[in-house]
Amino acid sequence: MSLHDNPLRDPQDRRLPRIAGPSSLVLFGVTGDLARKKLIPAVYDLANRGLLPPGFSLVGFARRDWEDQDFAQIVHDAAKQHARTPFREEVWDQLSEGMRFVPGSFDDDDAFERLAETIKTLDAERGTRGNHAFYLSIPPSAFPVVVGQLKEHGLAQAEGDSWRRVIIEKPFGHDLKSAQELNAVVSEVFDRESVFRIDHYLGKETVQNILAFRFANGMFEPVWNSHHIDHVQITMAEDIGIGGRAGYYDGIGAARDVIQNHLLQLMALVAMEEPVSFNAYSLRIEKQKVLAKTRPAEDLDAHTARGQYAEGWAGGEKVIGYHQESDIPATSATETFAAVRLDVQTRRWAGVPFYLRTGKRLGRRVTEVAVVFKRAPHLPFSKTATEELGENALVMRIQPDEGVTLRFGAKVPGTAMEIRDVNMDFAYGGAFVESSPEAYERLILDVLLGEPPLFPQHEEVELAWEILDPVIEHWAASTHPPDAYPSGTWGPKSADDMLARDGRAWRRP
Amino acid sequence: MKTDLTDTNASEVAAALVRARRAVGSPAMGMVLTLVVVTDDAHSYDAMRAAAAISSEHPARVLGVIRRSGRGSAGLDAQVRIGNGSGEAVLLRLRGELTHHAESVVLPLLLPDSPVVVWWPGQAPDDPAADPLGAIAQRRLTDAAAGRSKSRALLAAARSYTAGDTDLAWTRLTPWRALLAAALDQTDAPVTGGSISAERGNPSATLMRAWLEDRLGVDIALKTSTGPGLTDVRLTTPRGDVALVRPDGTSATFILPGEADRPVALHRRSLPELLAEDLRRLDEDDIYAATVRHLAAAESAKARPRPATKKATPKAASPKPQAAKEPSTSKETSA
Repeated sequence: MSLHDNPLRDPQDRRLPRIAGPSSLVLFGVTGDLARKKLIPAVYDLANRGLLPPGFSLVGFARRDWEDQDFAQIVHDAAKQHARTPFREEVWDQLSEGMRFVPGSFDDDDAFERLAETIKTLDAERGTRGNHAFYLSIPPSAFPVVVGQLKEHGLAQAEGDSWRRVIIEKPFGHDLKSAQELNAVVSEVFDRESVFRIDHYLGKETVQNILAFRFANGMFEPVWNSHHIDHVQITMAEDIGIGGRAGYYDGIGAARDVIQNHLLQLMALVAMEEPVSFNAYSLRIEKQKVLAKTRPAEDLDAHTARGQYAEGWAGGEKVIGYHQESDIPATSATETFAAVRLDVQTRRWAGVPFYLRTGKRLGRRVTEVAVVFKRAPHLPFSKTATEELGENALVMRIQPDEGVTLRFGAKVPGTAMEIRDVNMDFAYGGAFVESSPEAYERLILDVLLGEPPLFPQHEEVELAWEILDPVIEHWAASTHPPDAYPSGTWGPKSADDMLARDGRAWRRP
Repeated sequence: MKTDLTDTNASEVAAALVRARRAVGSPAMGMVLTLVVVTDDAHSYDAMRAAAAISSEHPARVLGVIRRSGRGSAGLDAQVRIGNGSGEAVLLRLRGELTHHAESVVLPLLLPDSPVVVWWPGQAPDDPAADPLGAIAQRRLTDAAAGRSKSRALLAAARSYTAGDTDLAWTRLTPWRALLAAALDQTDAPVTGGSISAERGNPSATLMRAWLEDRLGVDIALKTSTGPGLTDVRLTTPRGDVALVRPDGTSATFILPGEADRPVALHRRSLPELLAEDLRRLDEDDIYAATVRHLAAAESAKARPRPATKKATPKAASPKPQAAKEPSTSKETSA
């Protein structure tokens, strides 16, 4: 019986949540940080919210000498420690019956044979009906081996109505060429609808709210163009350094780590035309259109900036610089701060630059999109009256303190006529029972339901690399090292100069 | 912060709200609705606490209306609370003749433009929409399980149903309904009958039966068990029973014909969780409407003497005229 002729379902019945169909999740890299802190808690939270099917099973795969119970214990501890919702024994009982562990390394044929047997047993014992998702929470260098093994042992092959899906995490390559190679490896085994590229930013409620904000309201879209908007600033700032991730970070840098995926996706959502519907296909088409017409500014020296944090005081603590972090070579030219100016060559955005910046050890942790409006063409006030008046701005705060801020001028009370900037704030709801599911919950559920609207496909990934590759190549060819900036500040002076050249300034988020 | 006002009126309460908001640094007012809680002194504490708990998901102005003795002179005492949580709360204690005119105090205190929800955590009026407080609301929330006579409360609600009414006994069913719908997603056999077991007089069980009968067009038997709450829902198909069994109120067994039984967590949800679900949508709940209409029709059919073999339906056990005209019937037989 398909969803459509189930008499208990009705499109009007909006209380009924979509529970995923019978399925299992096979997790590669269960010992990693991401699995323990995000993925496993997200699975637990989904179960607690009643969104996982009875019989849902979780299979771990790692090079550990564990039994099923050992794995269950790890999951138990991770869920108890990091889950968002309260820990309940009955939810745990539901999950724990479906825990399986397969020990082995990625090149071990026997291990994959055992994995194939394990999921076959699950189909019989737990009714997962041949539906299995493989979550590759592993370094990209291991993708070809694992994907090859999945194919080799018949794990990628779905029978009848069942499905096999693969979930991969960023980075999707380190430039256009490597992204294409990676895609070639994966698409040889899985068809495009079965590949889910996770950009956890897109699972965030506030990012999805950008779409609601733009397309559900009548009053913003009419001014959403170059007639009214002066420029757009997209910022993702972190207050922490690279921590122990030297091996991952050095040689990658801020632009590849953040701009290529998160910031360009945010930009696409802000800049795209209205999709004809909110299905995955229409959304993707619009994002691809706008990304295809986005280019970095021509003079890359003048319109990009990069930096490296130096030691300093950040938030009341003395912290070390990038070069003092362990395992970072003294000659490393990896940028920890990157800013680029992008131009979108469409009628809507002609002449409206998009400034994207990201960095580590900046003033505070914040992600936001600030749309800055042009000044009113004529001000009937005296010059002194509007001295304190800035440009109107609409700020979508992605995290933390999710919400929307509208910045506009208001009369200072009591004075004759003096106008000053004020903020009007809308705060997104707090952290009640279900109010703000973690991004991974939404994404894992979407994978199990087979709903891809939030997952970029390889075209988007490749378009993003096409935008960024010239910048990265330019930096690599430069003899200048990245500009140092003291930790705890808002980046190098070159970033400020970059906007000053255009007669603008960065917003302090 | 709390402000107490004795012998006051609505405009003084409104002024106190503005003052209190200023005093805590004018926090952003992202409030989305006004929630009016109609209660009494004994139950106000729990009800107001539940209402405050939902304010981080649905930032709201909560107006607690407490009707005291109707004798003596008319008067209003109020307490304004602001600053903890994302909403604001006002307790309004009414006495004397004012207890019959609560809407005159509530009306000036509603948030501009935003929806109004009235919630009766205890005994609700027989016709909530006709109640002066219910009349100003878009959404009227009752709880048949909390009333003095549970089955009577539900019947009254069913007979007087107006768009915008819902009952927490219905909200309690959502996880059950979701699992049953998921079970039928996985079963390709038609349902030919079924049964429900629950505590005596459990209003949720009555609603579950009405929903299943309405959607499936088959008769569902209602049995009494020792509880707690709903314990067993069973749908008969030619291949065997599809069932959801919850003997202990926390975890259930999910049974599909031809497959191994699976445990599934199905705990009884707390009041704030139920409220939060109900406030997520403030438009008419069409499925609830169809369910209570079915319930009211079935009851009146039961009350009327059966017409002498006028309609020889195959399901003659209980004549349900509107079940036959439901499109779901034809779907079900074709499936």
